[in-house]
Amino acid sequence: MAPLTSRARSVDRKPMTVWERMYLPAIAKGMSITFGHMFKKKPTVNYPEKTRPFSPVFRGLHVLNRDEQGRERCTACGLCAVACPAEAITMEAAERLPEEVNLYREEKYAAKYEINMLRCIFCGLCEEACPKDAIYLSETFAPANYTRKGFIYGKEELLIPNPVTQPEEFAKAQGNRAK
Amino acid sequence: MYLTLLSIDWILLVEKAILIAIIISVSLLVAMYETWGERKVAAFMQDRRGPNRAGPGGLFQPLADGLKLFMKEEIIPNSSNRFLFVLGPGLAMLTAMMTSAVVPWGSHFHLFGRDISLQIADVNIGILYIFGVVSMGVYGVMIGGWASNNKFSLLAAIRGASQIISYELAMGISIIALLMITGSLSLKTIVEQQQQGHYYVLLQPLGFLIFLICAFAECNRTPFDLSEAENELNFGYHQEYSSMKLGFYLFAEYVNMFISSAVMATLYWGGYDIPFVNDASFGQANGQNLLAILQVVSLFIKIVIFIFFFMWVRWTIPRFRYDQLMRLGWKILIPLALFNMLVTGFLVLLRQNHWHF
Repeated sequence: MAPLTSRARSVDRKPMTVWERMYLPAIAKGMSITFGHMFKKKPTVNYPEKTRPFSPVFRGLHVLNRDEQGRERCTACGLCAVACPAEAITMEAAERLPEEVNLYREEKYAAKYEINMLRCIFCGLCEEACPKDAIYLSETFAPANYTRKGFIYGKEELLIPNPVTQPEEFAKAQGNRAK
Repeated sequence: MYLTLLSIDWILLVEKAILIAIIISVSLLVAMYETWGERKVAAFMQDRRGPNRAGPGGLFQPLADGLKLFMKEEIIPNSSNRFLFVLGPGLAMLTAMMTSAVVPWGSHFHLFGRDISLQIADVNIGILYIFGVVSMGVYGVMIGGWASNNKFSLLAAIRGASQIISYELAMGISIIALLMITGSLSLKTIVEQQQQGHYYVLLQPLGFLIFLICAFAECNRTPFDLSEAENELNFGYHQEYSSMKLGFYLFAEYVNMFISSAVMATLYWGGYDIPFVNDASFGQANGQNLLAILQVVSLFIKIVIFIFFFMWVRWTIPRFRYDQLMRLGWKILIPLALFNMLVTGFLVLLRQNHWHF
């Protein structure tokens, strides 16, 4: 039978020579290898102080976006919930009152907006489905939590900081991916 | 008149007490930082960084580890022999510390008009004393394993005891060859001889090699750490131990490593002698105290190199199988040591006869 790969090597069963049986040369060789490793560059990233850059296509936690005047973009159309293959998104719509014009961009808004981060598979289909550019995936990931309930993110966790009053936090939350 | 016979040199006692306190605390400190060094060396050899959170470079890591061990719950198993169970770690620690009594850490200080020797006791049978104490170290392992009343611990203890006893033979024989050259068992005399002549590693390379390998076995270090083979015996003889009693066992291993490095440096590498410097004339030129300090530093550098070597070997060579261990001890090292002894004896006799047959 022909060998399947060219990697097969026959086992060498020759008895060891005197040099090999002394062991000490082999040990010295091994020790020189470990000693050489002491001066090699360490691949470790000192995590909390330094972080590895995310790849440009990284999809992390969701963010509910605002427009330049700080008004929520979401109109609670429900397209993201329909697009979601994991059925992680639920929402309740409400009508904007006349005095809330500077809070919500359009007449309808999401009074409740919840994403279950345990169900979410971070596929980004909600982002693609959204006609208002209201939801997108950021460059952070969900931190650990003690309860399952803690993984159901409401509007207070998802909403991006207001770009008018908190521009720095807004830029940080927006990251490099939203553009 | 008879009272003068009873009169004790009180200052000498105080001097020795201070010296003992210093040496014990220094060896504990060294053992503490050996645990840090071990982790750092291991990490660097595996391309990692090692402990670097507690303090600069992780330097406070041993303190954190010690605190952790002290805070842990202390469990004494119901089925164990309580007295022996407590005695075991104490004995391991005691024997580890006792060896340091005869090691000369430097020549002597000249303070307050007195010559203060840096050796606790210059016993004229120093090496014999070391062997006596080291073989007592078996009891720490054996009693710990026995008192735990656990099959794995007992197996590990038996392994450890038989290993230490077998390797002590080869160690003893390799030392005999050295003693034929020195003609003295006192460690101080051996160091002084090396200060005048060569380091004995040049005259006894094979003896040193055998001694080194046996020292690894005596310290229960990898590749000979069969008594705590964690993957086959669940941590061996200290499996049932918790809290600081476990800490004592682990600590005793590091103290042992420190002391055996000191013994190896003393016997074969000139002890506190400063290499390439004539110590006596240096002392006359720059004062005895400076010389003594430099000698201590020199000895500690040698010790640190040996400790590094211990760690280096540990993170390179895998553990021996038990039959391989016994074959190496009885069939290779002991015949080699005997051969070394015979050749040395032959040459010593030949030299006494002025190189005539």
